Amino acid sequence: MRFMIIVLANATSEAGVLPPLDDPIFADMEAFHTELAQAGVLLDANGLKPTSAGWRLRYEDGAKPRVLDGPFAETKELIAGYTLIQVRSREEAMEWSRRFPAPFRGQACEVEVRQLYEPEDFEAGTQGGP
Amino acid sequence: MSLQIERTVTAVWRLESAKIIAHVARITRDVGVAEELAQDTLLSALQRWPSEGLPDKPAAWLMTAAKNRALDHVRAEALHARKHEELGADLDAQQAHIVPDFVDGLDAARADDIGDDLLRLIFTACHPVLSTEARTALTLRLLGGLTTAEIARAYLAAEPTIAQRIVRAKKTLAAARVPFELPPADQRSERLASVLEVIYLVFNEGYSATAGEDWLRPALCEEALRLARVLMGLMPDEAEVLGLNALVEIQASRLAARTDREGRPVLLMEQDRSRWDPLLIRRGLAALQRIAELRQALGPYALQAAIAACHARAVKAADTDWDEIVALYDALCQVSPSPVVELNRAVAVSMAEGPAAGLALVDELVAAGTLDRYHWLPSVRGDLLAKLGREAEARAEFEKAAAMTANERERQLLLARARS
Repeated sequence: MRFMIIVLANATSEAGVLPPLDDPIFADMEAFHTELAQAGVLLDANGLKPTSAGWRLRYEDGAKPRVLDGPFAETKELIAGYTLIQVRSREEAMEWSRRFPAPFRGQACEVEVRQLYEPEDFEAGTQGGP
Repeated sequence: MSLQIERTVTAVWRLESAKIIAHVARITRDVGVAEELAQDTLLSALQRWPSEGLPDKPAAWLMTAAKNRALDHVRAEALHARKHEELGADLDAQQAHIVPDFVDGLDAARADDIGDDLLRLIFTACHPVLSTEARTALTLRLLGGLTTAEIARAYLAAEPTIAQRIVRAKKTLAAARVPFELPPADQRSERLASVLEVIYLVFNEGYSATAGEDWLRPALCEEALRLARVLMGLMPDEAEVLGLNALVEIQASRLAARTDREGRPVLLMEQDRSRWDPLLIRRGLAALQRIAELRQALGPYALQAAIAACHARAVKAADTDWDEIVALYDALCQVSPSPVVELNRAVAVSMAEGPAAGLALVDELVAAGTLDRYHWLPSVRGDLLAKLGREAEARAEFEKAAAMTANERERQLLLARARS
């Protein structure tokens, strides 16, 4: 089963300010992701540029979608990066997420973990998904 | 006991057990003893943690506790017999490294030795002195952290059978005095082949179960993927390790498309390619790219991965580059000749040059008689005969194949083709 560890954005990430290259967060993140890779758990990981460089499409009843340019206001609900892992149980995902380094040193920040749908979630008799 | 704590402990154990067993084995020089000591540690954690609460760093706690048990064990042994003088020297060396703050000690151990210890454990569990079945069971147990019951369920075997197989494997290793070390240069390729074979067999058992009602056992595929990725992390410049990795990633990308909604198998050319997993394909292609950068001759796994990649790159089945696939099979027949490879090559030739050319090659295999018990031979032959319009002969071949397979899902598919 797959889980996405989502680093939620904050004012710093939304401002597009990267920490200085000698910030220990880079080494911590690299060490953690190396450990994930060596445990055979890591599928993918990336940081996302701020929403000022992105856009949204808004769909309203039958009309063509409207393009809304970033940045977006609700900073804490935005995503600054993700790490996708494949593990054998929910508890393993929990344990790995506990070891995730605090993404913004000295600042309040949150990491959210979500499970991905798997093909079997869409098989007959297990309706309830999208 | 609180179910939640038990689940957490089990999860931590699964994440850490291979590293712990590997580290302990370096101290005890015996994977069987190492595993028992590690298990004892797990039991004591399961007894203590529900009342005392989880330690801050459960993984570090388990590692240190297991290491201490191992040192006690070795000390007792050394006192007992004084038979291994070198062991004593080893022990001194070990003790010199013991740091009172175990977290620091653990981090230090992580940084240098754990990778090598894990490799030693993989090579020991897959030692050619063991039968394939024993290697597989021991690998799933020691590297996968699977319980005997889980292995038994995956292989549809009785639990005592698997337990016995593991016990016997450990005894065999001890009796053969298999050292806990990386293989010496002259045995390196044979030993590595033995490791890769085990991982691929586990994958295949999950991908296309040899018996039973379910055609797929995804948990075994995932376990093999994980082991292949672990090995690639430990040996990133070994072309065949990358090759196996690419092969299992690309094959696993098709898992969701390999069965229809009723669980019936769907063959490669009929699969809905939009259900292939692009992330796994990309990972497989990336591993192949790294092999190309190594500029080494392609081995059997890399060649099979390159064939799988040809299918992965074709958006529609009709886009498949069959000439390239035939060329890759030609190379595979050179480096790893086998009747099964010849049969697969015949299929590729039939796609590139027409069914008659494929049938001629298949008939050579039938005449050679080496694949008499392989149900895919009549199945392929039936397919080619059907394409040539020889319906009655085709039906007979499908019925013959159906009678030969032990997998219920495959049998139904073949019988359906015989009727059509």
